[in-house]
Amino acid sequence: MAIKQTIKYDSERDKSFPQEIMSRPGCEKLYGCIQCGTCSATCPVSTYMDYTPRQLMALTRAGFKKEALGSLTIWLCASCYACTVECPKEIKITDIMYALKRQAIQEGIYPKRFPIPVLAREFYNMVRSKGRVTENFLAVMMFLKSNPIAAIKTWKLGLNLMRTGRFAYKLDSMKQPAKMATLLDKADTGWKGGAR
Amino acid sequence: MKFSYFPGCSLKGSGRAYEESLLPVLSALGVELEELDDWNCCGATAYMAVSDAAGYVLAARNLALAEQKKQDLVAPCSGCYLVLNKCQHYAAEYPDVATRVQETLKRDNLTYKGTTKVRHPLDILVNDIGLDAIKKRVTNPLKGFKIAPYYGCQIIRPYATFDDQHNPVTMDKLFKALGAEVVTYPLKTRCCGGSLTGTVTEVGQNMSYILLREAMRRGANVLATTCPLCQFNLDAYQGDISSDYHESVKMPIVYFTQLMGLAFGLPAEKIGLQRCIVPMDLKPAAALAK
Amino acid sequence: MNEPTKTQPRIGVYICHCGTNIAGVVDCKAVAETAAQYPNVVVSRDYKYMCSDPGQALIQQDIKEHKLDRIVVSSCSPLLHEHTFRGACEKGGLNPYCFQMVNIREHDSWVHEKGAAATDKAKDLTRAAVSRVAHHKPLETKTTPIHPDVMIVGGGIAGIQAALTLANAGQHVYLVEREPTIGGYMAKFDKTFPTLDCAACILTPKMSAVGAHPNITLWTYSEVAKVDGFVGNYKVVVKRKPRYIIEDLCVGCNECVTACVFKEGKFEDEFNMGLSKRKPVYMPFPQATPPIVLIDPETCINVKTGKCKKTCVEACGDRQAIDFTQKAEMKEVQVGTIILATGFQPFDAKRIPQYGYGIYPNVYTSLEIERLVNASGPTEGHVVLRDGKTKPKSVGIVHCVGSRDNKTHRWCSRVCCMYSMKLAHLIKHHTDAEVFNFYIDIRAPGKGYEEFYEKLQEEGVHFIRGRVAEVTDWQMSKEEEGKLVIRVEDTLAGFVRRIPVDMVVLAVGLEPHADSQDVRRQFNISCSTEGWFLERHPKLAPVNTFTDGIFIAGACQGPKDIPDTVAQAGAAAAEALSLIKAGSIELEPNTAFVVAEECSGCKTCIPMCPYTAISRDDVKKVAVINEALCKGCGTCVAACPSGAIKQNLFDDDEITSEIEAILAK
Repeated sequence: MAIKQTIKYDSERDKSFPQEIMSRPGCEKLYGCIQCGTCSATCPVSTYMDYTPRQLMALTRAGFKKEALGSLTIWLCASCYACTVECPKEIKITDIMYALKRQAIQEGIYPKRFPIPVLAREFYNMVRSKGRVTENFLAVMMFLKSNPIAAIKTWKLGLNLMRTGRFAYKLDSMKQPAKMATLLDKADTGWKGGAR
Repeated sequence: MKFSYFPGCSLKGSGRAYEESLLPVLSALGVELEELDDWNCCGATAYMAVSDAAGYVLAARNLALAEQKKQDLVAPCSGCYLVLNKCQHYAAEYPDVATRVQETLKRDNLTYKGTTKVRHPLDILVNDIGLDAIKKRVTNPLKGFKIAPYYGCQIIRPYATFDDQHNPVTMDKLFKALGAEVVTYPLKTRCCGGSLTGTVTEVGQNMSYILLREAMRRGANVLATTCPLCQFNLDAYQGDISSDYHESVKMPIVYFTQLMGLAFGLPAEKIGLQRCIVPMDLKPAAALAK
Repeated sequence: MNEPTKTQPRIGVYICHCGTNIAGVVDCKAVAETAAQYPNVVVSRDYKYMCSDPGQALIQQDIKEHKLDRIVVSSCSPLLHEHTFRGACEKGGLNPYCFQMVNIREHDSWVHEKGAAATDKAKDLTRAAVSRVAHHKPLETKTTPIHPDVMIVGGGIAGIQAALTLANAGQHVYLVEREPTIGGYMAKFDKTFPTLDCAACILTPKMSAVGAHPNITLWTYSEVAKVDGFVGNYKVVVKRKPRYIIEDLCVGCNECVTACVFKEGKFEDEFNMGLSKRKPVYMPFPQATPPIVLIDPETCINVKTGKCKKTCVEACGDRQAIDFTQKAEMKEVQVGTIILATGFQPFDAKRIPQYGYGIYPNVYTSLEIERLVNASGPTEGHVVLRDGKTKPKSVGIVHCVGSRDNKTHRWCSRVCCMYSMKLAHLIKHHTDAEVFNFYIDIRAPGKGYEEFYEKLQEEGVHFIRGRVAEVTDWQMSKEEEGKLVIRVEDTLAGFVRRIPVDMVVLAVGLEPHADSQDVRRQFNISCSTEGWFLERHPKLAPVNTFTDGIFIAGACQGPKDIPDTVAQAGAAAAEALSLIKAGSIELEPNTAFVVAEECSGCKTCIPMCPYTAISRDDVKKVAVINEALCKGCGTCVAACPSGAIKQNLFDDDEITSEIEAILAK
């Protein structure tokens, strides 16, 4: 077993990071966290996370940006809002998770080929070009860009969907999908923490 | 009663059974749904993870289309329902969001004021139409059905718009009115795994497994849902779950609207019941008698 | 004494820095320089602390040197220092009412950013006061006598302690209690933390002392119906609810209870938190004070239908203490001071459905456990589950139920950590169960409290730092079968745990009574936003209210434990005594008066007065205001159609000149 030293020096802290996150809509109350762990205990996914949601709040507000943005936690969040509803200090933890995800995507700090951020990006792109999402096409894109071998395992599922008439053979689209890209890019331009 | 209708991507795709059952059931109760012309994706959870501003604009565009019609907007999919509601809340709470949304939509010659109310069909059924009117339509009471009412997360969280956040009861009341038995199901608002089932399969399937197993343990013979993603997760992976957990997991997963259709005497294939991967016994009372 | 002249007032203005409280935001020097230019201002200064002795001396010296006849001080709230500066004026030889105070701290520096605007606001406010004070007239202070009797509302440990202190000092006390017995929540407790002495052993002697004290009139099962008057002269009407028992005749033999047509108890026993049943006629608990029974009209067949064999009356026999014709009785008494000791109510655990109270039978509130561990409780001290026989092998105590939670109550209830540890100790002692405490932070800041925490740790009670998310019965594994599962993050270990237990105890917090707003209005005092009665000053006047002669003690002011409650009750008694011993109190001369020649005698004002201070002189055909009764509320002044009523300190000249000056730039 390799021995690893875990000490944090103050220079590893990004002092502006918590303020940056708190400036996003919904994230204002981060500093009010009392580290009670209600979020972690109520979270149905926390048992799989590398940091519990409570620990993520502590990392974020202390300015440990690398750890927060690099965590699996933010990607495993299924956004069921249980933590947000249960938090005794009314911190919108789900929104903070989202803000961290956005930041991680922009800064490119996320596990490469990890399917969740890949799915988010592919979803974004599909809506930007078609205005709508066609689920099985999206799944194919996600698998291609993350783990093509895993796609093979889903053949049975595909067959089941075809059998029950739930499989789409062509991409759905708005009547004028072209305007979506313009709209979305305008929405994002110059927005605090925006994608462009 | 007339509403604008926002189907969302799932109700046109893998969740089409929801739309197939929703429309005839509402029409039988005198509710008319008018599909929004050229609606776009609501943004779902994925958009918030990439760009919140773009996410709000996606939602607001649909709301603006409904505003033009001066109609409240029905959003049956839980994801859409939440995203549209969230956009309304954030535009009202954060002037920055409202300004960004309005300025962006100008490009599409649309205006967003936030005057349209986002409604869930369950809310309309129980609160606008009422259980008495629904009972009157029942020709085939759901005898022998022991239903686990599963609400999922996003229609009651984070906003408690029409039911209690910790113990929602709208569906419970509805199914009793249809003549079914409702089992006590403490996991009625626990997350099904959402998109994790498709991305990090073992995590998502574990979450679904917990829900399915508890429903079986409680003696349910069907689990009712309000959300196309929940329906998909719980229905489509039962084979994988059974082999992964070395346990026979078998539980039909249907939309509450399909159960209503059945109780109203509509033919199974007209309410999308043939689309269930795990088939539902249409006459559980007879099975029990044997 | 410098006689103020109406023609040419000589005004002194003083701008206080209050350290950096004001000067950190407002340019005090600039304000003083500007104020020097205002009409009639002879002296204008700024100073670090006007309330200090040198600050006050400055005023006194200037009055003499510059022949000042009016003073303006711009500083903090009049609530804090108006009295101080009026005193300084008086010592300087000036009538204390030729003074006006400006609040440039709470109204300016504390609520604004540093800058020219804040300084301008201080100038504006000071200019208005200068303009106003020119119209001030010298006034005479009046005094009113203090009636020596005291009313105490609430018979918990706070009311009991205050009553005994005053009665022992020789004062007559009326102690009014809503419930049929005094004792409050303390009477329900088994042991008290951190010493673990028996609550009943230390409380019941005090209860019987109250019952027997010649200076205490005890009215239980009674409520205050009406309060009139003012400091020194309150008139209180108390409603005595019928208990269908003649108190003086009942000896507390309980024979009627035995004889009641209900052979077994059938109705929820309030004293045991519903864990046992009582009959319609009952003694609340063996040491109830007064030691007499009562008949509950909601459940007694005879009261409800008139058709009962009345075996109770038969059993009572010659004593004839049962009286079904009894009606509510109104008692009116005169007192000089009132102490409110109305306590708290426990948080309703059903408001947090995730914790399963009322859903799962073996989820209890802490008060239920107090009764369960008590030897005179419903199970005679056997800690068993709701089935009445199973001893729990594992127990989880959930802290902060209805405390530190923005959705229910934001405050820390202060006692729950300690009583949870006490219950953990008692449960462990009674059952040898494995006991878990789930806490956010352990708050043990009292004498011997931290040591008690240490003792519990040594006893092997588990302390898991994490707020419980859910108590549930859905299971993940075999070990959870048939158990209640607590889901919590063990925040110190850094992972989520599922802990199966047999019994869950919810440590409910303290909240204001549901009717605290009604009580507040009845006694004309203030409440904090949370609903606790508001003290005059959080540090320096903790038992006073903003209404003179009305004091507060115990948990009605905010959550507190028994030692703090008893200390506060003593303090409230001392404050009441201090008024009583002084014999009289000075009143603000802010009373209204009628300018007889302008009064048309229309009587509009008479019914408007909430203090019935106005009458009509039928000979002169004008209204007359009784100065002793007038509280200076100003209602009649505003109501008078001919403007014949004026009010000291709020003269039209004074108010209009103030408004004009503030509007003029």
